[in-house]
Amino acid sequence: MDEILTILQDLHPDVDFESCDTLIDDGILDSFDIVTIIAEINDEFDVKIGAEQIVPENFNSAEAIWELVRRLEDDE
Amino acid sequence: MQTNILEYLEKTVARVPDKVAYADDKTAIPFRDVYHHSRSVGSFLHARGIYREPVIVFMKKTPMAVVAFFGVVYGRNFYVPLDDEMPRYRLKLIMENLHARAVICDDKTKKIMEQLEFQGDIFLYQDMTEYQEDDRELQKIREEALDVDPVYVVFTSGSTGIPKGVVACHRSVLDYVENLSQVLGFNQDTVFANQSPFYFDACLKELYPTMMFGATTYIVPKPLFMFPVRLVEFLNEHQVNTICWVVSALTMISSFGTFDTVKPEYLHTIAFGSEVFPIRQYHIWKEAVPGGQFYNLYGPTEATGMSCYYKVDREFAPDDVMPIGRPFKNTEILLLGEDGGQAREQGEILIRGTAVTFGYYNNKEKTDEAFIQNPFNPYYTDIVYRTGDIGRYNERGELVFVSRKDYQIKHMGHRIELGEIEVHANRIEEVRMSACIYDEENSKIILFYMGDVTAAAVMGQLKEKLPRYMLPNRIEPIDQMPFTANGKINRMALKELIKEEE
Repeated sequence: MDEILTILQDLHPDVDFESCDTLIDDGILDSFDIVTIIAEINDEFDVKIGAEQIVPENFNSAEAIWELVRRLEDDE
Repeated sequence: MQTNILEYLEKTVARVPDKVAYADDKTAIPFRDVYHHSRSVGSFLHARGIYREPVIVFMKKTPMAVVAFFGVVYGRNFYVPLDDEMPRYRLKLIMENLHARAVICDDKTKKIMEQLEFQGDIFLYQDMTEYQEDDRELQKIREEALDVDPVYVVFTSGSTGIPKGVVACHRSVLDYVENLSQVLGFNQDTVFANQSPFYFDACLKELYPTMMFGATTYIVPKPLFMFPVRLVEFLNEHQVNTICWVVSALTMISSFGTFDTVKPEYLHTIAFGSEVFPIRQYHIWKEAVPGGQFYNLYGPTEATGMSCYYKVDREFAPDDVMPIGRPFKNTEILLLGEDGGQAREQGEILIRGTAVTFGYYNNKEKTDEAFIQNPFNPYYTDIVYRTGDIGRYNERGELVFVSRKDYQIKHMGHRIELGEIEVHANRIEEVRMSACIYDEENSKIILFYMGDVTAAAVMGQLKEKLPRYMLPNRIEPIDQMPFTANGKINRMALKELIKEEE
């Protein structure tokens, strides 16, 4: 989870990612951020996020992203 | 001879009045309504004495905003598209440059404009479209209008921290739209999916040919560009067959294996520009759309839109660079060598032709720097636009983009002066010095700064001043800036720092 927070904070140091659960709904993350986050996660966790997982529900909070990574790790 | 962009609309509405012209996920506007509503908007402005001046369109990105653009032109004014996602500070700078007396808002944006202490009149789009069309006045306006009247002013990044407004006239827009349409083969069956924000010239590629041919443009909801499967589903749902997008929007789809889940079913024309398309990604697209025709486009806002095109006609190896090809008809490319002479192989790209715009609004100094006398013609006035881009001809005689001359970069399809980011970083009280570099390999803007302040605080301040796409992707405090022998910030050394980390 800490790794996820670090990735997010590098992108937007001014956002409180521990509490925010409307990252997509409120337009805090944009398409560039999503691309960066996915690339960093691929590096950091050795999982592959496929197109079908790139949906708003999986990126609305740091928690949701973390859940996604855990699901992918379990699959492998 | 056609002299006004609105003649497209007038011919098309007579032919296909009920066809949908512009649509988003909530509204679809047929040509009949585009025509009548824009004439109402034009009449409304005229009745209030707004004539031959800039009119700001400050609306959400909807089909109605397009109608407002044409409405402004019906009154023989020129539209300035601004967006509520721009930081307030930037909006203020632009408005100070324009001294506009009128702005068109919708219900959602009106409040924001009121907070900005706009000095002129704020008009609601809804009220304007309900205004009675004044056929006689509109007729009179048209009879007096010239093809050198401006159509719009769009703002680009400026290295001094002040955005520059490019002024384009009817003649330039007509020239561009006609030649672009011919090359890309647009017609009445074309179905566009618009990606570009309306405050960039890039949206001309959809908005104007739609009016010219009686085609249809679907405005893609912005969040879809984060979610590739849904984006392709959107294209299929609306039977979109033509896209002219920035490279980053295309690679977002191809790099995540989206085509394993869903493929574009109707797409046959794919144009891209603003950046180099990585060949690996191009191949993924080519495989997913085997019958598609691909075009690489190149051109600055200052020459209306795109100036050069390359119709992809051969295979490319992963390390190859796709050329930008050749100029559109009625546009000439000249290469200025380092010695000031005309270069045959490599030099700075100069653009000549009707599509070259009138320069920057209310900014003679910057205009004179970039819109210069053709250096190869001492005989009569002959203005060319100096792009600051280096180009070369390959062995096939095709033009290839090499690099920028200065600190201007292309990032996610946006043109950015790194100097503009630095200007704002340096204005933060605690920041003693800053330098911005671009990490091309990872497509990241990185800002280094010296000063007793956190990166989070620097980011927070920059967000108030710069549009989203200009914000650094990383902000790094540094104890001591590296300098070159002659006392300039050593940007190469900063780039090395980044490389060492990796």
